[in-house]
Amino acid sequence: MNQTWSRFNVTSVFLGLAFLYLPIVLLVIYSFNESKLVTVWGGFSTKWYGSLFQNQGLMDAAWVTIRVGLLSATVATVLGTMAALALTRYTRFRGRMLFSGMVFAPLVMPDVITGLSLLLLFVAVGFDRGFVTVTLAHITLTMCFVAVVVQSRLLTFDRSLEEAAMDLGATPVKTFFQVTLPVILPAIVSGWMLAFTLSLDDLVIASFASGPGATTLPMKIYSQVRLGVTPEINAACTILIGIVAAGVIVASVFNKRREVQRLRDEQAAQRG
Amino acid sequence: MKSLGSIRRSFAPWNDPNAKPYIRFENVTKRFGEFTAVNDLTLTIFEREFFALLGASGCGKSTLLRMLAGFEEPTSGRILLDGQDLRGIPPYRRPVNMMFQSYALFPHMTVEKNIAFGLKQEGMPAADIARRVAEMLKLVKLEQFAKRKPHQLSGGQRQRVALARSVAKRPKVLLLDEPLGALDKKLREETQFELMDLQQELGLTFVVVTHDQEEAMTMADRIAIMDKGQVMQVATPAEVYEAPTSRFVAGFVGNINMFEGKVADRQANTVRITGPSGAEITVENAGDAAAGADVAFAIRPEKIRVSSKRPADAVNALQGEVYDIAYLGDMTVYHVRLGDGQIVRASSLNAQRVTEDPLTWSDSAWVSFRPDAGVVLTR
Repeated sequence: MNQTWSRFNVTSVFLGLAFLYLPIVLLVIYSFNESKLVTVWGGFSTKWYGSLFQNQGLMDAAWVTIRVGLLSATVATVLGTMAALALTRYTRFRGRMLFSGMVFAPLVMPDVITGLSLLLLFVAVGFDRGFVTVTLAHITLTMCFVAVVVQSRLLTFDRSLEEAAMDLGATPVKTFFQVTLPVILPAIVSGWMLAFTLSLDDLVIASFASGPGATTLPMKIYSQVRLGVTPEINAACTILIGIVAAGVIVASVFNKRREVQRLRDEQAAQRG
Repeated sequence: MKSLGSIRRSFAPWNDPNAKPYIRFENVTKRFGEFTAVNDLTLTIFEREFFALLGASGCGKSTLLRMLAGFEEPTSGRILLDGQDLRGIPPYRRPVNMMFQSYALFPHMTVEKNIAFGLKQEGMPAADIARRVAEMLKLVKLEQFAKRKPHQLSGGQRQRVALARSVAKRPKVLLLDEPLGALDKKLREETQFELMDLQQELGLTFVVVTHDQEEAMTMADRIAIMDKGQVMQVATPAEVYEAPTSRFVAGFVGNINMFEGKVADRQANTVRITGPSGAEITVENAGDAAAGADVAFAIRPEKIRVSSKRPADAVNALQGEVYDIAYLGDMTVYHVRLGDGQIVRASSLNAQRVTEDPLTWSDSAWVSFRPDAGVVLTR
């Protein structure tokens, strides 16, 4: 393989990275802007971070978002895992194709349609829109993502592990909790994290399903931007980016270490 | 202490008409949709027997094992274990344990926890579990690996953990599904003998599924040879090799030469068989071959003598020419082409360093054998 950096490669890497990250870098830089005008640099300051925490509206919205995210991700993980188990285990039940199609359709469904149809449903059954409806809507949105992640793990799951557990005297319920669940747990955790992230940054569906008193952070930010961007919003976004980046880095370092450790163990075992 | 050999020699419950069957398959049929995996099969296995199910893949041997373990229910017929009908009993309530081909070790548990798993399900007190686990680790010589996880073990070690886990509960029957399939050749040979010793030591009944005939011959007291969901023959390794009852069994186990022909006449237990080209063979142990029947005469390569001249005392001798020679060190394998084009495989032990009657390619040669050296097959 050619390892040298041609001028073309350097340029394309630079352009690609710039395309992806330039807007974010600008946003982060301007969050430290002294000036109240977002596009005019007025010197370095962290005062917007201070005032962010004084902004009760933003803080409330953040708290709602976190609660919605935790609850909806958890419920979606349980439901998504159950759907994935049903789809991989009972391969011959009637209407399996229809069921799997219906589970995965929301993956490609435009958010606007999902949001609108949920809104119509909530109105039809006379649900007061608020915290509960946003959470329900996010469960609908994220469940299929969890199902996909868990299903792909289950497809490579060695069924003889479960047979071995039953053979050794474990009932099907015990087998599930002592063998199946621990083995597929990493996939369930990543499914949960995916669901949580999706719920955190959803704007469209939340706008349809939410009501007074249940404004999520993306909704709040969007509505404030329409009145003009304040550096406070930049600060809020920078904190969000920081949290997400930290999460991703920790997860990948952890994964990498485990991988390396596993490889080393396996090599040691082969040597005897 | 009695040596293992003497125990083995006196062990033959299948010859005792009063022996109580331990495992019994009665007219068992298993269908998967249109496919019949096991077809009206009846089979008896005795207590403390090392029993092998041998066959090519798809012959139904694994299905048989899985029905015994409880993972599949027979479509019809019944399975008895120690007099008890197993129908409807789920795998977790059957007094049998299985060692899986993939070993199926729980990847999130240490070796110790893997072995303790079955004992915990029984609700055994912790102190007893610890004692039993230590005993099992000692049995498979893995004491210093107790705290390791399966991925930190080599293939042979994993195999021994799987074995320890499956015998830890002292099952009535241990089922082994291709137990040595994933090991390399040298390790496999060692492990065969370890398994035999273990079976004697624990006094368990072993039922092993294998496609490797050498493995079955080495380890088993009796072998059931299966084809298309049916048992073709159940016999000791020596009987299977020396006295196959059908063309299928004869061809499946080891190398064999098969001469098709018709029984010209029969006197007492001796028949004369005429081949299509007119060649004639006299065989002493005729079995159930009647005059006029289409039969096959089957004879193993090592029971055929190859020489450059017709041996004076030979009852059966056929002439041909040397078609191929393979020198294997301990023996030499000759392929002799007869007048009608059939190739006869004959092997001769190289007991001397220099052969007195050297044969080479395209030499005229005689193959000869005694009248009792082969068997007559009607099926």
